[in-house]
Amino acid sequence: MSRETLIDLLYLFSATTFVLALKGLGSPKRARMGNGIAALGMLVAVVATFFKYVDGHSLHHVGLILLAMGIGVLVAVPTARFVKMTAMPQLVAIFNGVGGGAAALVSITEFVHIKSTHPATYVTLEVLLGVLIGTVSFSGSAIAFAKLQELMTGRPVTYPGQQVLNGIFGLGALVLIVIILSTNSTPLLWVLLGLSFILGIAFVLPIGGADVPVLISLLNSFTGLAVAASGFTLGSNLLIVAGTLVGASGILLTRLMSKAMGRSLANVLFSAFGSNITASGDTERADGRSVRSGSPEDVGVLLNFSSRVVIIPGYGLAVAQAQHVVRELAEELEKKGIEVFFAIHPVAGRMPGHMNVLLAEANVPYEQLVEMDEANSELQTADVALVVGANDTVNPAAKDDKSSPIYGMPIISADLAENVIFLKRSMRPGFAGIENELLYNPKTMLVFGDARDTLTKVLATVKNG
Amino acid sequence: MGNVLLQYATVLVLSIFVGIEIIAKVPSILHTPLMSGSNAIHGVILVGSMLVLGSANTNLEEILGFLAVLLGTLNVVGGFVVTDRMLEMFKAKAPKAAVKKTDEVAQ
Repeated sequence: MSRETLIDLLYLFSATTFVLALKGLGSPKRARMGNGIAALGMLVAVVATFFKYVDGHSLHHVGLILLAMGIGVLVAVPTARFVKMTAMPQLVAIFNGVGGGAAALVSITEFVHIKSTHPATYVTLEVLLGVLIGTVSFSGSAIAFAKLQELMTGRPVTYPGQQVLNGIFGLGALVLIVIILSTNSTPLLWVLLGLSFILGIAFVLPIGGADVPVLISLLNSFTGLAVAASGFTLGSNLLIVAGTLVGASGILLTRLMSKAMGRSLANVLFSAFGSNITASGDTERADGRSVRSGSPEDVGVLLNFSSRVVIIPGYGLAVAQAQHVVRELAEELEKKGIEVFFAIHPVAGRMPGHMNVLLAEANVPYEQLVEMDEANSELQTADVALVVGANDTVNPAAKDDKSSPIYGMPIISADLAENVIFLKRSMRPGFAGIENELLYNPKTMLVFGDARDTLTKVLATVKNG
Repeated sequence: MGNVLLQYATVLVLSIFVGIEIIAKVPSILHTPLMSGSNAIHGVILVGSMLVLGSANTNLEEILGFLAVLLGTLNVVGGFVVTDRMLEMFKAKAPKAAVKKTDEVAQ
């Protein structure tokens, strides 16, 4: 068997592991193994590539390759290992962005490399698509990162004529591609690179912070497509298979995620969701409706008299690092024979599944976590719904206010419970920027303050009670 | 040349169907790990990066190729490690054992 055949067989093995990995990641039991299998396949592919012949010679610059890889590993491992769990979405955004950047760079380098051989038009087209999509993914992910990391406002950034301008950017990129196809001009390639960069930023700016996870999923899919385009250029089946798998599954995943928020993908991308809502909220608050607020001790007493408590966690819980206290509280209540569930909204936290990860990290048993539909039936017989740092995911406006921007989003019906307790930092509306009627409900009690401090006091009362 | 293109197109089309089929029924709690895992998989661009740097003839190609390998490595390594970290949280039954295991993985 020739060396090339062997390498191709190893690539086939890698491609197979990627398929199996994606399959495994869809089930809680096999997910971790799936990830491991893909990592193994990746390792095999990388090692095999060191032995590959290109342009009739073995790989040049092996030292440089190893150096770049070494730096990459030194940066990536500590970053990935030690960044806080709450910052996980940003991390995914940034690792996706660099992938898109790499795909764009591979396409550009290949263009420079093969230009003198006057490549066929379709080869140039593959290169240009790789540059365009990869760069959009790169700059778009960078903005998504900045939004989540709160380096810039999480609100949608809008300006007059935005959509027209974005349309012009997009059209400009297409025209540029056509010109480069007929002229093979390298300077124009750099212009395309710059324009794609701007396009990525312009595309992401009007998307509000709450929708950023959906966006990251979409950009993830883009990077996959850019990788597939590079695969065409380089003539690599492995890149085509892996890139296309991610591209196709990513689009589907993006749609599933927007569906979990009760919205269409187009609505997520183009509606600048959450930009023009606070104004009406303010006027409503001005009509002097009052809220009922209480102390942590009140909460502790109320919990002690309950027989069934549903805790509804949101991102505020994670921000306050209150996962561990809330787990202790749940344990303490269980000890007293009080039933406790955690009701997890599909988009609680910053990404679907984010909350499950955070609570699992704090050792909350998996069985106590119930998904939205089950939670809503549990809530009908619950004495207390304890909302910790959540807001939009329990907002009844999603059910009954047709004018509300979140109308139609599935919510956890905290209002079904006998009593509702909100632990909040302030009266500020949630991430989507929408006023919450539930706060004014007569059976609602608000406790202001840092969630962790409040819960610690609640826990003390429960223990003594 | 046309035949090669057709062969790649075949692979592309089949991969689209596999990609869609494979994740059709995923519980929402696994959306994030799935996204993160597929994020790591597109890090396979590292292989392409190695090939372009390995065949670089000019300084420009070397610089671009070097950056590509660097970014590709970040994507692969960061992607897999983050995904593993997310998933290890899903089965923390015995707290102390789990913590110990985390340390082992970390080094």
